[in-house]
Amino acid sequence: MTVDTHQAQRGWTGDAVPDLRSQFIRTTTELIDTDPRVAVVLAEISAAQFDEAGERHPDRVINVGIREQLMVSMAGGLALTGMRPIAHSFGAFVIERAWEQVKLDLDHQDVGAILVGSYGSYDWPAGGRTHQSPGDVALIDTLSDWVVHVPGHPAELDAQLRAAAADDTRVYLRIGGEPNPEAFPTEHDTWSVLRQGSAGTVVAVGPTLRNVLPAIAGLDVTVLYAPTVRPFDADTLRSTLREPRVVMVEPYLAGTSAAHVARALADLDHRQLGLGVADPDPHRYGTPADHDRLHGLDPRSLRQRISAFLAPRLRDTPQILGDM
Amino acid sequence: MTVSYAGLDRLMGLMTGDEKHGPSATSTLDVIWVLYDRILRITPQTVDDPGRDRFVVSKGHGPMAFYAVLAAKGFIDEDQLPGFGSYDSRLGHHPDRLLIPGVEFSSGSLGHGLPAAVGMAHGLLAQGLDSRVICLVGDAEFDEGSNSEAVVYAGSAGLANLTVVVIDNQSSTHGWPGGIGRRFMIDNWLTHDIDGRDHEAIARAFRNAAPDRPTAVIAHVEPKG
Repeated sequence: MTVDTHQAQRGWTGDAVPDLRSQFIRTTTELIDTDPRVAVVLAEISAAQFDEAGERHPDRVINVGIREQLMVSMAGGLALTGMRPIAHSFGAFVIERAWEQVKLDLDHQDVGAILVGSYGSYDWPAGGRTHQSPGDVALIDTLSDWVVHVPGHPAELDAQLRAAAADDTRVYLRIGGEPNPEAFPTEHDTWSVLRQGSAGTVVAVGPTLRNVLPAIAGLDVTVLYAPTVRPFDADTLRSTLREPRVVMVEPYLAGTSAAHVARALADLDHRQLGLGVADPDPHRYGTPADHDRLHGLDPRSLRQRISAFLAPRLRDTPQILGDM
Repeated sequence: MTVSYAGLDRLMGLMTGDEKHGPSATSTLDVIWVLYDRILRITPQTVDDPGRDRFVVSKGHGPMAFYAVLAAKGFIDEDQLPGFGSYDSRLGHHPDRLLIPGVEFSSGSLGHGLPAAVGMAHGLLAQGLDSRVICLVGDAEFDEGSNSEAVVYAGSAGLANLTVVVIDNQSSTHGWPGGIGRRFMIDNWLTHDIDGRDHEAIARAFRNAAPDRPTAVIAHVEPKG
């Protein structure tokens, strides 16, 4: 199967790593072929990429047209009969437009589904606010018992999606951002410890790692990588904590995980800094790189903000690299 | 121990505290009774059977009739009815599937049951089950745009295992010019317009479902007033 990754259109670096949405289509197609419980519900978005799977399994590849509320409600109905539905559109439509359906037809019914939202916070800035969903994880946080995956690499997405398809939980798979060059383990939804330092902890969520790593080069900090944010891996955060100063770098609304950090460190005097999308509606177009800078999520801005926050504990702060 | 139709008034009388939804409750009584008495393949012993029929009360408002029929047919104990809406009761002013055996879908916010019923119909077909999905909506509930999404799609998909019954007590503020049935017909549904108090007509309509497309039963009852 050939999938147009559209990476060039997005102004990304053009790494050999395929984009996350393409991997979602590949993995889901395999799941449809191998697991009779899996049903995919679409509202036109990505429907053409599932045409061949739909010919093989017309009862389990369902395109309802441009009807996102129906798509999510149908996912609830399918789950109520024992199926494992995967509903997919842009995050702005699968979560925000169909919000009451997510809340009532999945969460309130206490049934599981896998919701897959693409385009993230600003994968397509030229599309404007209508196609951006920086508030999606914050919305999911108002519900109960959801798993939220924010893969930063196609291999992570593949593993997360296969694990999700094999059980009955409520899962939001958030596809967005330029993939990281390297994949990390996703087993048990725990975070990877990339390195240990003494001035504080920086948690990079999903594709933010691409900019976080150059930003913290030479800084004496612990770096954790989180391809899953719900459940929140408080155990790894606590067990690796040397200095109770935590920076969460998230590819959605800044501070989305602040309550989770506070709860994890409730018995410690601590400080935290939440970095992420600063303005959900900046009324600006351009490229993802433009919006990285707009929200202070490019390597240079991240280094400045992380260094300033940790300054009292950083003995030496190497000069910001000129090529950032 | 089961209760006959004649005993439903007494059962409904045990539930107080939601008088504003009284007309909503009484409007559905005969249809729900006939469904459980003659149509649905479900008993208190088969509420978890994958092959059971599914009855979705999308119009969760005024569930007293629904609860009364569930009690009459042995799904819930009659002695639960007086506590209706209280802190320790399973029976809320909108039904909760996690609390009440036999309730397939938790409803209350209007316009959710029918779209979910479409998903149920698909799920049953995908598993090779011949069960029916019957969804009850109100004529005012039908105002919700989410119903339109479901009606158009289900008609196009030809979901023959799906039947919708609209209880029409003319409570929709702007009404349905030409009748609600017309709204279904143009989207490829078989439509029956019946007297929602005539038990024979109700049973006949549900038995005459189309083999190749969804069916809508418009059950007319006295106006809400």
